[in-house]
Amino acid sequence: MNLTLRVWRQKNAEAPGHFETYEARGVLEDMSFLEMLDVVNEGILERGQEPIAFDSDCREGICGMCSLVINGIPHGGHRGTATCQLHMRHFKDGDTITIEPWRAKAFPVLKDLVTNRSAFDRIVQAGGFVSVNTGGTPDGNCIPVAKTVADKSMDAAACIGCGACVAACKNASAMLFVAAKASHLNLLPQGKAEKDQRALRMVEQMDAEGFGNCTVTGSCEAVCPKEISLSFIAKLNRDFGIAALQGK
Amino acid sequence: MPLDSKIPSGPLAAKWDKHRFDLKLVNPANKRKFDIIVVGSGLAGASAAASLAELGYKVKCFCFQDSPRRAHSIAAQGGINAAKNYQNDGDSIYRLFYDTIKGGDFRAREANVYRLAQVSGNIIDQCVAQGVPFAREYGGLLANRSFGGAQVSRTFYARGQTGQQLLLGAYQALCRQIGLGTVEMHPRTEMLDLVVIDGQAKGIVTRNLVSGEIGSHAADAVVLATGGYGNVFFLSTNAKGCNVTATWRAYKKGAFFANPCYTQIHPTCIPVSGEHQSKLTLMSESLRNDGRVWVPKRKEDCPKAASSVPEADRDYFLERKYPSFGNLAPRDISSRSAKEVCDEGRGVGPGGLGVYLDFADAIRRLGLHVVQERYGNLFDMYEKITGENAYQVPMRIYPAVHYTMGGSWVDYNLMSTLPGLFVIGEANFSDHGANRLGASALMQGLADGYFVLPYTIGNYFAGTRPAKVAASHAEFKRAEENVRQLTNKLLSIKGKRTPTSLHRELGKLLWEKCGMARNEAGLKEALKRIPELRDEFWKNVNVTGGGGELNQSLEYAGRVADFMEFAELLCIDALHRSESCGGHFREEFQTPDGEAKRDDENFAYVAAWEYQGPAKAPSLHKEPLVYEEVHMSTRSYK
Repeated sequence: MNLTLRVWRQKNAEAPGHFETYEARGVLEDMSFLEMLDVVNEGILERGQEPIAFDSDCREGICGMCSLVINGIPHGGHRGTATCQLHMRHFKDGDTITIEPWRAKAFPVLKDLVTNRSAFDRIVQAGGFVSVNTGGTPDGNCIPVAKTVADKSMDAAACIGCGACVAACKNASAMLFVAAKASHLNLLPQGKAEKDQRALRMVEQMDAEGFGNCTVTGSCEAVCPKEISLSFIAKLNRDFGIAALQGK
Repeated sequence: MPLDSKIPSGPLAAKWDKHRFDLKLVNPANKRKFDIIVVGSGLAGASAAASLAELGYKVKCFCFQDSPRRAHSIAAQGGINAAKNYQNDGDSIYRLFYDTIKGGDFRAREANVYRLAQVSGNIIDQCVAQGVPFAREYGGLLANRSFGGAQVSRTFYARGQTGQQLLLGAYQALCRQIGLGTVEMHPRTEMLDLVVIDGQAKGIVTRNLVSGEIGSHAADAVVLATGGYGNVFFLSTNAKGCNVTATWRAYKKGAFFANPCYTQIHPTCIPVSGEHQSKLTLMSESLRNDGRVWVPKRKEDCPKAASSVPEADRDYFLERKYPSFGNLAPRDISSRSAKEVCDEGRGVGPGGLGVYLDFADAIRRLGLHVVQERYGNLFDMYEKITGENAYQVPMRIYPAVHYTMGGSWVDYNLMSTLPGLFVIGEANFSDHGANRLGASALMQGLADGYFVLPYTIGNYFAGTRPAKVAASHAEFKRAEENVRQLTNKLLSIKGKRTPTSLHRELGKLLWEKCGMARNEAGLKEALKRIPELRDEFWKNVNVTGGGGELNQSLEYAGRVADFMEFAELLCIDALHRSESCGGHFREEFQTPDGEAKRDDENFAYVAAWEYQGPAKAPSLHKEPLVYEEVHMSTRSYK
């Protein structure tokens, strides 16, 4: 199939960006979206121009590095699918596809489609961990965890930190990301000791990074490649509320 | 230089304890005086950086991704082994040790493997305490499953995302230290050279991948946790960014490279669909617990739909050839068997390069919901890539490059031949011999980072009291200049070929001549062709853009340049090893029924290669493999 791409090009963080149009010819339906871009980039390079910069690494939907807004929807709008796992069989000959970077104040564009998501790392640094040092931990089976609890914690822990939730949100809120990490740990007995501090500190850092507020529209859940549930946001609100009321 | 593996004396089971007592310690108050650089933030790198910082060392950690959480360990699906014997099925440290040594086809270092099995249990305890959400039984205790190459259930898992969860555990421990100011994290920063002063590793030269700035970082020790070199084959299950640059540049500075020919071809990957393919996707080996591998008995049945091939006309070749292990035969053996049936013309799918992995029996036996619960995410992944529903039609799989057992040579302390340079995780060579068993990579990465390196690195500091140098030292300036020159050279060629096209050509050559099966003539041909291809690269590569900016083509071209050199060493090693063992299958050396034929008399050694300069043949050093405890036997999974 032949496609027309409208791609956001931006030299660096300071330069203004613009859309440029590229023709993608002979695209096969078995190609992934990123492989289609690879082929377009090969053509650009052969013409002696600079290829389109975009992030990707594992290309199997788990590292969270890929990050494209495709036709206005982060990761392209196929349920539970990251850009790298989106395949061209979902497009048809003659389509025009618009490709943009994540757009959020807290995720500044570095070049073309590449953004800086270090704000997420700083939120985890603020409290997204259990404070145990290496060594001296009890036998794994000394801490029984009910299967339902472990499963729920795993549902939250499945977050890949890609930032699509922020990109989809009209307020660029990071609540789904923060809620997923906080819930993963707050649900488990191992994470209980620091539950209040964790909720407070992570939310505080989230605000400091310039993410917007959550109005629970659910666009984050809709685009999440791991289908993280909005209900974790309710849990984070509860954990945060309890901690705040206790004046911790 | 004779290789000193520094294996402690004494009985195997007591070696590590004795060694830990013998290791010199650094006083807690003095630890902050030592700077350590950790390159890589996967399981090995993140766990090491966090653990070293917890001990009080000053740590700098580097990764090329935008966040340390994205290292390729994250993609490991199936699980992590540990000799907990929670299932009461006869597991023990000794059994895990023996299975690993045997799985590695008796080409791993005995003492290292025993230590690995010893600390395996601590890893699970550590990860549980960190909040890794391992799968649980209804009673709340940890669940296990079985994995290839073992007859006990010792694999711990977190759905099909075990690597992700273990890495997030290590990443969170690392984040905690970054937050405390004990680790300085440098994401989107690539190591481009190792700086050696007076024979000791003293730091690295890096390129900031956003600004293009070339910088120097001095330290008292450098730890490489930079993963494997599977991407030398272009197509592999590795992430796109995985590369050999750090260990290769260390090799060129004097760190020997061991056993590069030991590459693992994983049996269960989604087959190649076309020329455009950028990488291959693994389907977890855990699928072989319930999936049955087969091809039609007759060639003429291959194009037919799987469902129209009657049971009697199917060849469940792993069950037929290896009745006691069946579909759970080790990876090297399963991969070769798949290749064999495809070579016979009995492969299925486009190009005949595929075999079926069929869940129909499992669905009948267990019910659809159980299969969904166990493997749902993998079936979803398969459907996304192929557009096929594997609950209804069998999956098609084919072997692909997955892991590399070879790597920088290290002694028992995980130190390379360069004092002060430590190499951990997949980047070193030490624990998997010629073939790695499933669920052992995660175990090794975390063992090295959490429980081995934190002890042994202190011994280096306390024992040798390395001299301090600053990043202003002339040697750093020289290394920076070299890196700048290399960058400028890549940008100035302005040839006709893209780095991708050259890399793909190299990969294809290696896959054909040095892949699942190798022979003398093919390897010699590859050794003739690689230098030609390298010449072509340096004359005709096209890299656009500038050096002082984010430039992905430039990053990639630098990595391809190193693959172009490394590929030659890989083939030299494969050619020199005139035997078959584990993942290294030389067609000339096989038993009448097509199994690998080892030559213990002549090849029971680690081949450690020493760089001799450009365009010069590397020299070979042999570390004999001495088995004090186990008897080297012929592997049998029949």
